[in-house]
Amino acid sequence: MTSSVDTDAGRTPSRAAPAPPRPPKPRLTWRQRLSVADVKWSPYLYIAPFFVVFGVVGLFPVLYTAYLSLFDRELLDIEGTWVGFDNYATLLSDTQFWTTLVNTVSIFLLSTIPQIIVAVGLAALLNTRLRTPTGWRVGVLLPYVASLVALGIIFANLFGPNYGLVNGILELLGFDRIDWQANRFASHVAIAVMVNWRWTGYNALIVLAAMKAIPRDVHEAAMIDGAGASRRFFNITLPLLRPTLIFVVITSTIGGLQIFTEPKLFDAMPGSNNGGSSNQFQTITLYMYQTAFETQDLGYASAIAWVLFVLIIVIALINFLLTRRLASTGAPEDGAR
Amino acid sequence: MQTRVLAGAISLTAMVGLTACGDDGSSSGGSGDGDQIELTIGTFTEFGYEDLLKEYERLNPGVKITHHKTGQGGPYHQQLLTKLAANSGLEDVVAIEEGHIPDVLDKPHLFNNLGDIGPEDVTPDRWLPWKVEAATAKDGTWIGYGTDIGPLAMCYRKDLFDAAGLPSDPEAVKPLFETWESYFEAGDTYAEKTGKAWYDSNSQIFNAMQNQLETGYLDKDNKLAMESNADIRKNWDMVTAAGSRGQTAKLVAFSPEWNNGFKQGAFATKTCPSWMLGVVEEQAGPDNAGKWAVTDAFPGGGGNWGGSFLAVPKQSEHPEEAAKLAAWLTAPEQQIKAFQKTGNFPSQVDALSSPELLGFTNEYFGGVKVGELYAAQANKVEKAQYKGPGDGKIQENATSPALQAVEQGTKSADEGWQQAVDAAKRIAG
Repeated sequence: MTSSVDTDAGRTPSRAAPAPPRPPKPRLTWRQRLSVADVKWSPYLYIAPFFVVFGVVGLFPVLYTAYLSLFDRELLDIEGTWVGFDNYATLLSDTQFWTTLVNTVSIFLLSTIPQIIVAVGLAALLNTRLRTPTGWRVGVLLPYVASLVALGIIFANLFGPNYGLVNGILELLGFDRIDWQANRFASHVAIAVMVNWRWTGYNALIVLAAMKAIPRDVHEAAMIDGAGASRRFFNITLPLLRPTLIFVVITSTIGGLQIFTEPKLFDAMPGSNNGGSSNQFQTITLYMYQTAFETQDLGYASAIAWVLFVLIIVIALINFLLTRRLASTGAPEDGAR
Repeated sequence: MQTRVLAGAISLTAMVGLTACGDDGSSSGGSGDGDQIELTIGTFTEFGYEDLLKEYERLNPGVKITHHKTGQGGPYHQQLLTKLAANSGLEDVVAIEEGHIPDVLDKPHLFNNLGDIGPEDVTPDRWLPWKVEAATAKDGTWIGYGTDIGPLAMCYRKDLFDAAGLPSDPEAVKPLFETWESYFEAGDTYAEKTGKAWYDSNSQIFNAMQNQLETGYLDKDNKLAMESNADIRKNWDMVTAAGSRGQTAKLVAFSPEWNNGFKQGAFATKTCPSWMLGVVEEQAGPDNAGKWAVTDAFPGGGGNWGGSFLAVPKQSEHPEEAAKLAAWLTAPEQQIKAFQKTGNFPSQVDALSSPELLGFTNEYFGGVKVGELYAAQANKVEKAQYKGPGDGKIQENATSPALQAVEQGTKSADEGWQQAVDAAKRIAG
């Protein structure tokens, strides 16, 4: 590596000065060469630790998982047998996999959509003239600061079928009690509430930061043109929030599809990975974890991991395209009218 | 919390690994200050070994012991299996819980045979025969010395029995807990008179019945026996029928709702291994003091739920010293001390007849001599059930959830059975 540094460093000035036959090679002292090399290579050296660590704990596991997914390997048998794409074939006809996939997508939709709408609304409210703005902003962030495990235990208690507070209130208001553990859709709603509670404030702050960055004069110009508050929100604020919204949507897609702790803690059976009595709320990650560490079928679990990986990329892409479209349609069309 | 405990355990192990390496280096350098041996021991929850380990160090000046404690059994055993697979990182002496023993009995080559490397004077007759049987692999490898056991008795609410017109005296209730038929019959009477549940959940009853069969969910050839062993289905039908007649409180064991059920008096009886007394006391709380009682009768004879073993994995560098430590810890004298500290019931024959144990009483349960009571229940167990690999997982991830689904009303008893069989096939196959 050092030799390539030297030759490169020597070459640069020779290109810069074409005219003389043998450009001044000796003009560069050892010290100068070193400083040229420093300028050229140091940045790579400084960012190298990230890529080295990423390679070891990020890239290598991903690739090794792909390799493992082609084996039938139990945790305690070190060798494993090569099965090619059998794991993936089994996965496609595995009803539990499809159940967990539907659960994951359902919980994801129930949490992400309301979450982002409410987050944008909250950000708009926080963007108005409030007394002690920092206090309010910290306030919406509080659920994010609280420990996820504590939240999980509290919400599992609130949604307890027999002695839970939510059912108590429902009964008080004259509604039927809901078995939040047994009913598949109800369990998804309960888990989505947990996710929304934690992440809405966090996303609201990100959106708020983007709102603050929108130049005031655009709004003022629209005001002079007679645009009301809601029209300004939909025609100015939303389109200008596009890059931020895309970021928020993609990060919540990645997080939402990997949801694990909330459904695990929601299960009445402590420590269970079943996601309810008949997998009502078992998500893909829970199923993957159960397959790897309870059933100890590492090969199959790796296949699940890879399918999830691909799925996240696909859905994130779809979301990216959708958000770009949705957030951009508003401004130009209306502006043309 | 769980992850924090895990992370702590991992970093601890890593540190110990490092220091161990360092020591090896220096001793090979020939400093010559005696041959100090470092032993490590891994346990979960509370074994009551802290003072005992210090005592052992005092008695054996050449030995230094490091104790790794993990808060919960689940993550502990997951780590145990992972480290067995990695063939490194395990302690010299590891604790293994009864429910997880079948998984390692299937891989005896990963453990030392205590019959070969253990002290010569430590023979199987130190323990109850079924305790030794439960830790002996098919090829004869004796994997673990027994620590504690969980003999089963029946706990019940005296006041609720009185209210339903049932006998409530510990002697007079015994006929109700004679067989499962008499148990469910009494449950019908109770449910009819009070409109309340008889027991906490279907699975807590079913598991006890299942444990009384000769073989578990797998037969002796390790084939899934759920469809071939008619007794399993018979028990299933009996429990789900009783549950549908209002005998179950539908509370998942150890869930927050279950804890609440103790406070509310949601059920009148509880299958009670020795260690459950502490759980009942904690959950029912001082408000219900004096209402709970326990009797030395159990439908179908008795049984065992819980208890652990100490094993020495092959990866240990000092297997003989480790076996010596494990043998010392599981001697009757030491286990009696652990019992006095934690209530873990000893599995050693001599400990069961020691005056310290027999004289032990429990105030919360009306001053009953629980030591004597559970010693009697332990002696009623005749032999260990044969459990194939995955037995515990079938109970946790196949039958228990399916029984819960039947209680929730989302599945009929037949559909629930089918769900359990399908899930069990996935686990066993």
